[in-house]
Amino acid sequence: MSITWTRRRLAFGRFWASFRTQRAGVIGLAILLLAVLLAVIAPLFIDAGVTNVVSGTGEKLSPPSWDDPLGTDESGRSVLLMIWWGSRTSLLIGFLAALLSMVIGTVLGIAAGHFRGWIGAIVMRITDWFLVLPSLVTALVLAAILGGSTVTIIAAIGVTSWPSTARLIRAQTLAVEARPYIERSQALGGGHWHITTRHVLPNVAPLLLASTTLEVASAIVTESTLAFLGVSANKTSWGTMLRGSYDWGAATSGAWWYILVPGLCIVIVVMAFTLCGRALENVLNPRLRKAV
Amino acid sequence: MTISTPPAADAIAEEPARRGLLRYAVAKVGGALLSIAMVIVATFFAFRLLPGDPVRALAQGRNMTPEQLDLERRRLGLDKSLLEQFVQFVNQTVHFDLGTSYEYKRPVLDLIGERIGATLLLTGTALVMAVSLGIWQGARAGWKPGSRFDKFSTGVSLVLWSVPTFWLGLLLLMVFAAGIGPIPGIFPTRGIESVDAPDGFGYVLDVAKHMVLPCLTMVAVVYAQYLLVMRSSVLDEVGQDYVTTARAKGLKDDEIRRRHAVPNALLPTVTLVFMRIGFVVGGAVTVEAIFSWPGLGQLFYEAIRVPDFTLMQGTFLLITVSVILMNTLADVIYHVLDPRVRSA
Repeated sequence: MSITWTRRRLAFGRFWASFRTQRAGVIGLAILLLAVLLAVIAPLFIDAGVTNVVSGTGEKLSPPSWDDPLGTDESGRSVLLMIWWGSRTSLLIGFLAALLSMVIGTVLGIAAGHFRGWIGAIVMRITDWFLVLPSLVTALVLAAILGGSTVTIIAAIGVTSWPSTARLIRAQTLAVEARPYIERSQALGGGHWHITTRHVLPNVAPLLLASTTLEVASAIVTESTLAFLGVSANKTSWGTMLRGSYDWGAATSGAWWYILVPGLCIVIVVMAFTLCGRALENVLNPRLRKAV
Repeated sequence: MTISTPPAADAIAEEPARRGLLRYAVAKVGGALLSIAMVIVATFFAFRLLPGDPVRALAQGRNMTPEQLDLERRRLGLDKSLLEQFVQFVNQTVHFDLGTSYEYKRPVLDLIGERIGATLLLTGTALVMAVSLGIWQGARAGWKPGSRFDKFSTGVSLVLWSVPTFWLGLLLLMVFAAGIGPIPGIFPTRGIESVDAPDGFGYVLDVAKHMVLPCLTMVAVVYAQYLLVMRSSVLDEVGQDYVTTARAKGLKDDEIRRRHAVPNALLPTVTLVFMRIGFVVGGAVTVEAIFSWPGLGQLFYEAIRVPDFTLMQGTFLLITVSVILMNTLADVIYHVLDPRVRSA
């Protein structure tokens, strides 16, 4: 046991050393750790009351001032407190949707790569079918049918975004299973479960991490788009705030802070995830490493 | 592989290649038909079996007695068995009968027919602009990786990639349509034409003016993707032997790029553009919703907001089926044009 752990620690040390050389990735990681930290500690300072329509204390749609550093919305609520509280929903949906998509993608990807023949063919057929479906349109329909609770939004995003992960994992599985030690393991009596979980999964895991990080970024964008298009229930997130700004004509009445602030939050967090994911890809994907 | 192939063997080899292509096309079209069938089945079950009861959803906000609900259920054919409903649904769909919209009280197909022109105009224009800009910039960036132009392009596309379509639209709306501070609003905020639009050439100008902002939003969001794809396929060509040969022949760098590398890199890029048309469709829905562009995307958006399930179902079917057809077409054309894929 201790040997494995030393080996793992060494591997992690090597990984961290090469990740550290990716400056953009480190910046991205720092930003997203900060964002997650802020979202987690939010309940220590504020509660859901800041999103309550009747509890707004400021003027309606007033520009940034000392009382409300980022201005107020149509009900006099502080935009600053709203985005802080809303970050919890946005990030939660982003993470869980990416996780769901990753789990579906990994299971089906490994299945398609491991079981060749008709099982693999059917799984690939389904993957390709999901891949062509316009994902935003499908997610909109699913969210509209299921009603826009947080759980259904996560399901709608997860169910429409897994196919690219599945393809990636399948290709990787095929590459791993071509190696001789898999044959050795089979000769020693390793079954499907043993080979896929003990040999294939650890080998595809690093790539999976990179692709999940990128997936979180696109899940956050999708969540905000779904919320903006009005299929999300009224839980405060950056997307629902932008919906509010559109409904209350912030664009035409010059309330720039109401549009700018939640949007910038989305862009910064999404960019942090993207930078981080690309850096991970550079470090972990041997093909890219050779090219650079 | 022998070095000298007699000419007769070439002619013989040509025949199976063509037959292979035909077989490939048939397989692809068959696959597309299967996909469409899967879409129809999935749509039926999604709209029937998922927890939302269409009648209850229609009754939202309206006071309806249980008798009225029953009547409505019968009108929509929901009192029949699931199998009967399914057979009826498939039968209607393959005959292009998409049902009647609850909100508009008109056939869904008629509504789609009215709106599709506006969507094709907007999406077509935006797509042509995004593809040409993306390919041009991507080719230049990929030709000299690591150059200042490359870094700038990659940076721009990274930022645009992170920006949600609708937010970019809101910003443009705020700055150029509503006007901010000293800048006056120069473009209309919504719709496709003014109420007092003149006839003839004036009308064309009026529509063009309405199209500027929606088109700009769409271009900005989709072109980043094309740029990155083109960049990486040019990057693949840079190290190829034929580029070295062309250089050894004394061709100018610019000429090698234009006449050798770009044409080779173009094919995979253009195919990918059509393969990812679903992404563009999603962008069109968002853009049309923000700028109230009276197209298919807005129709779909309205159906979701009401919610009008028949309309939603009809537009969803149409959008999905067109995306599948576009994909198949791109796939087959790629196969015809690129001999490298054919032999693989």
